[in-house]
Parts: sequence; structure tokens; C-alpha cells
Amino acid sequence: MSTVPDPQRSPEQPAQRVDKQVEVLERVVIRFAGDSGDGMQLTGDRFTAETASLGNDLATLPNFPAEIRAPAGTLPGVSSFQLHFADHDVTTPGDAPDVLVAMNPAALRANVHDVRPGGTLIIDTDDFTPRNLAKVGYATSPLEDGSLEGYRVHALPMQSMTVEALKDLGLSRKDAERSKNMFALGLLSWLYERPTAQTERFLTTKFAKRAAVLEANLRSFRAGWAFGETTEAFPVRFHVPPAPAERGTYRNTTGNAALAYGLVAAAHRAGLPLVLGSYPITPASDILHTLSGLKRFDVTSLQVEDEIAAVGAALGASFGGALGVTTTSGPGLALKSETIGLAVALELPLVVVDVQRGGPSTGLPTKTEQSDLLQAMYGRNGESPVPVVAPSTPADCFDAAVDAVRIAVKYRTPVLLLSDGYLGNGAEPWRVPAVHDIHAVDPDISTDPNSTADDGMTPQFRPFLRDPDTLARPWAVPGTAGLEHRVGGLEKADVTGEISYDPANHDRMVRLRRAKVKGIEVPDVVVDHGGQEHADSDLLVLGWGSTRGPITAAVREARRRGLRVAQAHLRHLNPLPANLGEVLLAHSRVLVPEMNLGQLALLLRGRYLVDVISCNQVRGLPFTSTEIVEAIEDVVAGRVRPTPRRDAR
Amino acid sequence: MSTPLGLPTLRSGTADVPSLPDGVRLGKKDFTSGSEVRWCPGCGDYAVLAAVQGFLPELGLRKENVVFISGIGCSSRFPYYLDTYGMHSIHGRAPAIATGLVASRPDLSVFVVTGDGDALSIGGNHLIHAMRRNVNMTVLLFNNRIYGLTKGQYSPTSEVGKVTKSTPAGSLDAPFNPVSLALGAEASFVARTLDTDRKHLTQVLKAAAEHRGTSLVEIYQGCPIFNDGAFDVLKDREESVARLVRLEHGQEVVFGAEGSQKAVVRSASGFGVEVVGLEEARAAGREPVVHDTRTADPSLAFALSRLDEPTMAHVPVGVFRAHSRPTYDDGVRSQLDAAREASGGPGWRASDDDLEALLRGGDSWTVE
Repeated sequence: MSTVPDPQRSPEQPAQRVDKQVEVLERVVIRFAGDSGDGMQLTGDRFTAETASLGNDLATLPNFPAEIRAPAGTLPGVSSFQLHFADHDVTTPGDAPDVLVAMNPAALRANVHDVRPGGTLIIDTDDFTPRNLAKVGYATSPLEDGSLEGYRVHALPMQSMTVEALKDLGLSRKDAERSKNMFALGLLSWLYERPTAQTERFLTTKFAKRAAVLEANLRSFRAGWAFGETTEAFPVRFHVPPAPAERGTYRNTTGNAALAYGLVAAAHRAGLPLVLGSYPITPASDILHTLSGLKRFDVTSLQVEDEIAAVGAALGASFGGALGVTTTSGPGLALKSETIGLAVALELPLVVVDVQRGGPSTGLPTKTEQSDLLQAMYGRNGESPVPVVAPSTPADCFDAAVDAVRIAVKYRTPVLLLSDGYLGNGAEPWRVPAVHDIHAVDPDISTDPNSTADDGMTPQFRPFLRDPDTLARPWAVPGTAGLEHRVGGLEKADVTGEISYDPANHDRMVRLRRAKVKGIEVPDVVVDHGGQEHADSDLLVLGWGSTRGPITAAVREARRRGLRVAQAHLRHLNPLPANLGEVLLAHSRVLVPEMNLGQLALLLRGRYLVDVISCNQVRGLPFTSTEIVEAIEDVVAGRVRPTPRRDAR
Repeated sequence: MSTPLGLPTLRSGTADVPSLPDGVRLGKKDFTSGSEVRWCPGCGDYAVLAAVQGFLPELGLRKENVVFISGIGCSSRFPYYLDTYGMHSIHGRAPAIATGLVASRPDLSVFVVTGDGDALSIGGNHLIHAMRRNVNMTVLLFNNRIYGLTKGQYSPTSEVGKVTKSTPAGSLDAPFNPVSLALGAEASFVARTLDTDRKHLTQVLKAAAEHRGTSLVEIYQGCPIFNDGAFDVLKDREESVARLVRLEHGQEVVFGAEGSQKAVVRSASGFGVEVVGLEEARAAGREPVVHDTRTADPSLAFALSRLDEPTMAHVPVGVFRAHSRPTYDDGVRSQLDAAREASGGPGWRASDDDLEALLRGGDSWTVE
């Protein structure tokens, strides 16, 4: 149904159309791989944007080293971007690429083993010199030694073709070579019938002030397209029809962008200024960058001296009646712990965003993990309950952020929003909500005394006199006459807020703070039985956060194989949904896949005395659906059982 | 890449803080909270509290627009005793917390109350960065040269060789000179005063509060329990006359009793200053330096701060520096204003439609 877009062609490259067959595909997984300086992330981003606007459903997985420019041509320097797009709903970036675009020997070596048997390899051969091959441990050239026999190989001198296309621009060979990623993008855009206008517009904006660079990129992009159209090397091009989608306006978004927009939208709806205190850290910095560009929406962004100052500034702003937000990743969350504890004691709104990465310590800065759950839950001194909210897809980061703001403001509490590197950098289409559909929380900032003095007449403000329903305390901000009061980290007397060392008062306040968080309204967890009676399900697969995609794909596959599998996913980790205990007890076996060594499983066992079965990996990448399918089959077949109880023997 | 900021012109530190209506005056009592003051008998903090409660009414501000934020330590109990808004936060972090508050609320007069351990040890990073940024707040740094609340360990301002429970063989590390530190960190207002000199204390605090930018006031404060007599030589009438170098803007820096007056002159090396007899100096044609708090170059102020040494032979007090430069929080707000103005002219606020346009972005598509 979609028409083949007509790319603008530069006059010196007239197309000589070769008749090409068009093959219709339901889905394709493409991985672009090259040196970390080759622009693979940009190439992937652009291909994604083209794909999104065509109406395919999609999911992406950027994967890059922590080094900004690792030594060229080496395995550790390989950067890749994987994209799964289809004519139907997709939930993961795909287990095994159908197509690998490898810009050098290192990219081929590091990625070829992931490509499905019979898959397509599009290889830039210009860097396949003996020296480069030796650098990555190839004794002979894989292009010649038959080792790629199981694949459809397109070996093309893309770099040389790029240089040739740019030869009259007067660029050095090195500068000309830099555009080879656009050649590859042009070729792939042709091969999969992607629209090109957006990419041309993007390049025009990006290089508006550098005419020569713009010209080089545009020409390379068009040359790649034209090559596909004219060469006989690609007799077939592919058509992936748009996926059916609900009515609405869509855009492509990463999780970090959606999260930033969610915070801004929620603050706007609440009528609160947003004050971000932040310190740069991978993979959370893009939220800081996005919010820093939104000053016109009453967003103040303060990049301060360290993680502690960042959360401190946010809390100070909340004390002044703004929505205080701080963004970080695991190591930064560790540094913020004490201040989050202060926010628990002060009972002020605060949103703490942790885009989780591999740990412990500096760990794997650019790789994903879900291993900060227990830190989020318990990483503070004292009984210090904090609500925890976890988005499950890149687009869901928007809704999760709105929900975090709702809880923070309504209940006067710090909230931990647990995203991760995969969600933050990954992208998918997002149905943009209408503003009036975004939850608007009422900040209910105090303007008048809430009580009277002992004489029963004189108005008095009592900073810890709680709302009987929510147990939230009033939010009175400086500048309001008659409500002057002092807060602090020392234990406060219930109601009056005076310092109190009274044992009974402390016991009461600890329990009140817990009861407040426990009483936060969160929706019940919904179990998907795949249309069957739930009693028939052999197994419940329960996840949280970014594992939603691979779990969904795995459950679909398991059902295709005839297994009766139920699925549920947690958005709220604290408090847990009220019906979760029932749901767990209703299933004889519960499988919990997590990108950690069993942190949610520990919470569930402790809380519900249910012997859930963990499925764990911490390789810095999302689960493949295959791994989870295997785990499901193992449990259903009885090869993996819950831990035997001692008293059961 | 840098860009001209076009920052607003400089005004008083309290220019945006609502003042009391004409004819209304507050008194010390209005700033006194009902909380029972719980410092040790003889603690210097009492005198500072009394001075603060006494001078706050002089600012003529609405008290609901005054905020005290403290860290942890004896002095950090301060906010509880003032009937203003206040936060007793955590160790060392008050300047960071105050930065967030000040950046978002131009209508507040914000004070940070801290001590030598709180500000210079655990919170050193936040203090220097607040001063570097020139956040509009007044920092009262109570320096008793000891950790009091944890019962008597040496602090980052204790003299070398200090014998305490944690340093039975004497402390090894050289102390900070808080005034030198503040000047080095680009603080725009730096002063020193004493808890026992009510008049001087009040004068300095008032100047600090009215300065737009970060004002750092070091207050020598006695701890009768764990560092008794640390500042005795400055409290004795005769000794103090001989030792205290009272700095006044535009005045020659001379001190000492009539007949044995001393002068601070440029040192022979050309860098720094030194103390010589006034008569002797004049005879040699070496004129005393003239104090200038307003100059952009902090060199002379820094040189004066170096006169202080552990023996307290000569201790400069008063305002070292009161230099006007753009504040961080004014800059933050003016960037917000500029962004709004660029979107729709003066007073523009983002509407629901603007938000919807943001969410849709430039590359959206519609499914019918």
C-alpha cells in the first residue's frame, strides 16, 4: 500500500533504473555496526525515524562502549545499533539480526555470531586489509575463506564509493570517508523503502552552518540510495507494511526523552515550576540535556558540583514550592541516599530518577541492568520508605514520570523512578497523549493555618497535622504569612513538628511514614491469561521495568508452542499492588525474569512467602525472548522447580 | 563556545524580597520562636542568636520571606530558634539546598548557618561552589575550631598539634583560614567578626544580608566545653586592642593602642603585606595600605587575610571584600525569562497548546 518515496537526486547521479522485485516481509531486524567513531548511533537513529514515520512498529537497542573513541578498528571499539521493525506489534529489538551492516572487520567479528543462519551481511570491504584483519584476530579474510558461507553476503567497497561520489568537493580522503555511514544509510533506506525526506531535513538542520559537510552527507546518502537502485547486487528490495495502530498522533521517542517530557507535562498540569538539580552521568545525562532546553516551560535546570548537591538543590526547591527533580544512575543514587532520607523525614515532594546501569561501582556505564531495585527500596539509614515506580518501555517512561509526580506531590514524599539504560536509549513509537488526558495533581499548597492554639481561638499552623485519608502533611512554603515553621532531619513530634526524642512518638512517626507509603493508591496488577481461564495457566511470568518487551515476546512464543502461560508486569514496586498476593497464590508456579540476581524475587519471597523461580542475567543487554522461552519451558517441564522446603521432605 | 549573557544590573541582596508596609516594624520578639534554646551555658551561639534576632527587624522585611537553612552541628540548631521558615538539614549540605531554593525563589532572604566542621570539612565542596557561583545568600560560619556536637574532636580550623580525643598525640593537618579560602573561591562578600562584639557582629551581618551574592561571614565563636578560651586573647580588652585589625573600607589599615600603633604596609618583596610600627613606617615613607573592599582584584584582601596566624598576634576583622558581580540565581532566572520572552514576548507562559506542540515534536505522524 505504501508508495515508494522518490528521493531527491543530485543531477550528477541520474538513476538508471534496474527492474527490481519487491518482496513483502512481516518483520526485519537490522543491526548497524562499526567503529565508535563511524556514526553508527546516528545512522541507526535516522533509520529508526524513517521507519517510525512509515508506520511500522519498532523497538531499538543502541549498544556502545563507554569509551568515547576506543582505538579504531578494535573489538572493544565496536558500536552497534539494532532495530526491529514490523507490520505488527513488536516488543523487543529482536533476538537475532536478519541483516548485519558491518563497516569494518571488527564490526563483523563482534557481531556476525548473532546473525540468524541464512541472514544477510552487508559488509564495507575497504577496511579488510591484512593489518586490520590481524588486529581483530582473523588469520584469513572471512570474505574469502568460506567462513561466511551460511549467510547472504554483500561485500561492497562503501568507503571507496563514498569517496568517489564526493571527489569533486575538494575534501581530503579522510573527511570524505567520514560520510560512509550516510552511504550505508542511503543504501539501506533504498533496500527497505524508507522515506528519505526526514533524513535530508535532519542533515540540513544539523549541518546548517557547515555547507561542505552538509553537501558531503547529502550526496553520500543519495549515492547510497542510487547505488541500491542501479546495482545488480541487490535484485530484490523489501517492503514492510505499516503496523495497525490505534488512531492518534504518534512520534518516535527514546525513554530518556519521554521521561523528561513526562516530568515537564506533569509539572505543567500541576501548575508547579520544575527545578532539576543534576550532575552528568551516563546513561541519564540526556534527561538533563532535554530539560535544560525547556526553560520556556518554567523548567530550571541546575548542573551543580556533585550528585549530593544535585538532590540537595532539588529538595531546597521543593521546600520553596517547586517540583524538585534529580536525575542520575546507580553510583549517583548511592551518593544521594542521605538527602533522600532527609526528604523522607521532611515529607516534601521530590522525584529521583535512576537510569540504572551495570554495577557495582562504576560497573558498565553504557550497559543496562536492573540491579538498583534493592538500593531504591532500602538504600538509606533507618526505616525510610520510598515509593518506587518503574517504566516498562521507552514510551512508557512518559506515563511513569507523570505517575511519579502524582505520588510525590499528593503524598509529600520522595519517589524513585527506576528506568534503565535500555529504556533510556532505546526508542519506539509513542502515541502522544492529549494534554487534558495527562493526570493533573493538585499541589494543594497551604495558604492558611490548619489548626488553633490550645486556647481554641488563635489560628495556628501545625506542619505535621496529616490529611486523614492520605496521611500527607501540609505543604506550606516560605513567603506565606502565618505558616512560618521549621523542618529538619531530627525526629519531629507528630502534629506539631517540634523536635521530639520521645520513644513513643518516634515509634508512631516511623509507623506513620510507612503507613503513608503503604497507602499510596496504585492500580491492581492485571494478569493476561492469553484468553484462557487462569486456573488453566501452568505458569505466571511476572516482571518489572524494561523486561516487559522480551517477556511479552516470550510468552507469545510459549503460547504458540501450546503452553498455558499467564503474564503480569509491575509498574509499582513500592507499594506493590494490593492484589499481588492473591495473584501469586493463584498460580502454582511463578517465574520472575530480572536483569539482576533476583532482587524482586527476594522482595516477593519476603513479603508473600511465595517461592518464586528466578530467571536472571546480567550481561548488560536486555533478555532475548529466546532465553525467557527456554526458562518457561524448563519450568513447565519440571526441569526447574521452586527450592524444596526442608519440611516438605 | 561561550555566549554573552546580558545579565541584569546589580541591586541589593534583598531587592526582590517584599518589605513590610510603611509604619509596620517588627521587633526581636517577632523573630523568636517558642522553642527552648538548648546550647551549653556560656556558648557563643547565644550571643550570635541574640544579635541575629536583633538585626533581622532592621532589614525591614516580611518575616515569612526570611529562611534559615542549616547543616549539622551545634550551630545548626539555629533555625529552630527563629520564628521564620527554616530547615535543619544534613551535614554539610545546607549551601546546596539553599542554592535550589534561592534559584527558584527571588523573593526570599536566605541565610545558611553552618560551623567549621559542617562548612569546611564535610561540606567544603558545596561551600566553595556556592561562593564561586555567587548564589544570593548569607552564610554564617560559626568557627569554634572544634567539633562540639560529637564531643571534642579537632576540626579543619584547629591549630596544628591540637590534642583531642581523636588526636591524643596532636593533630597533624594544617588548618584552613576560612577567609582566605572564601577569597580563593571567588566569594564576592567576605567578612570576619566575633561573637562577643555585638555591635561589630550586627554591623557585619547587616552588610552581608544586603549584599547581592554569596556573603561569607566567619564568626569566631567560643566553645566553653571543648575549646575553652580559644579566643580569649581577642576578648580581653587590652589584648584585643593590640591584636584586632579593624578593617574599614577606604581607611588606612592601622591598629593597636595609642602610642604603640602599628601599620599594615606592602611587604618589601612586593607581594603581600606586613605589620610594622606606624611611626617607623611613616618615617621610612611606607604608607599604610588603604583598604578597598570593592575592587575586583581580591589580592589585597587575600594578603590581609594572611595576617591571621595561630598565635593571633594580629587578627583582621570586618569586611574583607564586598565586590559586586552577577549572581547565579539572577542569571538562572533571566535565562528562563529570555526563553519565555523569545517564545511569545514579555510575560509569556506556556499554554496547554504549547505543551501539546512540544510533545508532538517535529516528526510526528497521524493514524486515522
